[in-house]
Amino acid sequence: MSEKVLMKGNEAIAEAAIIAGCRHYFGYPITPQTEIAAYMAKRMPKVGGTFLQAESEIAAINMVYGVSSTGKRVMTSSSSPGISLKQEGISYLAGADLPALIVNAQRGGPGLGGIQPSQSDYFQATKGGGHGDYHLIVLAPYSVQEMAELTIKGFDLADKYRMPTMILCDGTTGQMMEPVTFDFAVKQPPEKPWAVTGTKMEREHNIINSLYLQADKLEEKNFERYERYKLVEENEVMYQEYMADDADIIIAATGIASRIALSSVEKAREKGIKAGLIRPITLWPFPKAAFAKAAEHCRQIIAVELNMGQMIEDIKLATEFKVPVSLYNRTGGVLPDVYEILGVIENAAKGGKR
Amino acid sequence: MEYKRITIISGHYGSGKTNIAVNMAYDLKTRRENTAIADLDIVNPYFRTLDSWEDFKKRGIRLICSSFANSNVDAPALPQEMYSITDDRSQNVIIDVGGDDRGALALGRISGAIVEEDNYDMYMVINCYRPLTRTVEDLLTVKEEIEMAGRIRFTGIINNSNLGKDTKPEDVIRSCEYADTAAQRMNLKIAATSYDKRLDKELRNKVPNPFAMELQELIPGV
Repeated sequence: MSEKVLMKGNEAIAEAAIIAGCRHYFGYPITPQTEIAAYMAKRMPKVGGTFLQAESEIAAINMVYGVSSTGKRVMTSSSSPGISLKQEGISYLAGADLPALIVNAQRGGPGLGGIQPSQSDYFQATKGGGHGDYHLIVLAPYSVQEMAELTIKGFDLADKYRMPTMILCDGTTGQMMEPVTFDFAVKQPPEKPWAVTGTKMEREHNIINSLYLQADKLEEKNFERYERYKLVEENEVMYQEYMADDADIIIAATGIASRIALSSVEKAREKGIKAGLIRPITLWPFPKAAFAKAAEHCRQIIAVELNMGQMIEDIKLATEFKVPVSLYNRTGGVLPDVYEILGVIENAAKGGKR
Repeated sequence: MEYKRITIISGHYGSGKTNIAVNMAYDLKTRRENTAIADLDIVNPYFRTLDSWEDFKKRGIRLICSSFANSNVDAPALPQEMYSITDDRSQNVIIDVGGDDRGALALGRISGAIVEEDNYDMYMVINCYRPLTRTVEDLLTVKEEIEMAGRIRFTGIINNSNLGKDTKPEDVIRSCEYADTAAQRMNLKIAATSYDKRLDKELRNKVPNPFAMELQELIPGV
């Protein structure tokens, strides 16, 4: 599909996964990401893959564990409440060093919440939603094109570092329709000598496991894993800056919030206000250096979030409190509009609080 | 457009059915006083005819939709007034059906009465830029699935090929060949070629049965 097609973000993720060589999808329907499952149900049989609607989210994530153990590319998707259900399985994947792609099209929470877009699973995704010391690589797309690109990138990173990757999007990026092209180069997945593929009596058994009953062995595993995480932090940070170099006021936003904020920043610039945008694309690893650099010259950073203020904590740590960091937020599924954020920028430019 | 008493808008998921249904209701209202739009979508809780409720009220168009539409209650419910579509023959109705065969199931509930009355058109909305209906073969499959589920046959095609906000006039013009082939293979007429009204000047004289539409913005200003 090298020509442009019109797709929902959810569909773009599904198609990109197939292009990335994923032939196993396990999921359970939940709004606003059901299009991923629906698309996979139609496409997987045609490419010789498996689409399976599991009996629950918990079953689905454990099927992911099983397929990943064999070295195959595999994914699941859900939305906030369903992702909470998957957390045990995600911790097991991390503990067994298994790659996988997990999509969370966030909706308003906590609890059952609502079906409108949200970013309130930031903590859960970036700080470890399950038990134990671990990280996921967390990617936050802001357009349908990026949904496709980051899905492919997500599989590559998961394989490279043997850890699960999460696409953290939201109801809007999942539902909105935009033109998208799929003409990007896809790398061959790396060899996986650790996979459980049958010994043919020619080698020792590979064992996929997260149970280490000897304390020193478990400690060793954890230290080793965090050495790998260090490499991810060094090599895989992604972010986008828009007019941030000379900006007095920097908006920090991700996903759909950054999409709206970008238009607000453009409008602020038209009015002569030196506004800029930093858009983290990897939420873990967090683009600490970009914010540290911004704190050297900007007057103020405003985190625009669709939650009660979660990413703002990472910004404050990254900037070491050198500049004031404030929050402008909407929650529950309410999206701010372009002029609302523009107003916040104008107010900040006048030196006022929000 | 010429309208029968009932006009059914159906087709592939995300092909643009609701936008077309809403605009047809506006158009129909300018010709027939007693106009209604019926939302039978049991597939998607978002992007519903109810988004245009203010416009319907202003124009005096009756809206027949589930009390759960746009309530964020993700329930595949049908409107309790659904049977008035076929029972009250004094009104002219545009029916917005949910996507694919799943959506058409709801139509099956009243299609018997619609066929019996025999005063309807049912249009298949097509978009050659949607990934699962890129080829005419794909369309034929979708057509058969919808007709089976809805137990009613299409009478025409609406070519709504577009790339969203990025749509250029050439994209629509380029899609006409696909629509023609589809029409021939299905033995149906092209009832309309629909597009964003901002493209009207460039397209009006270049596509069969042009139908310019007012589109809704998902997030204003972005």
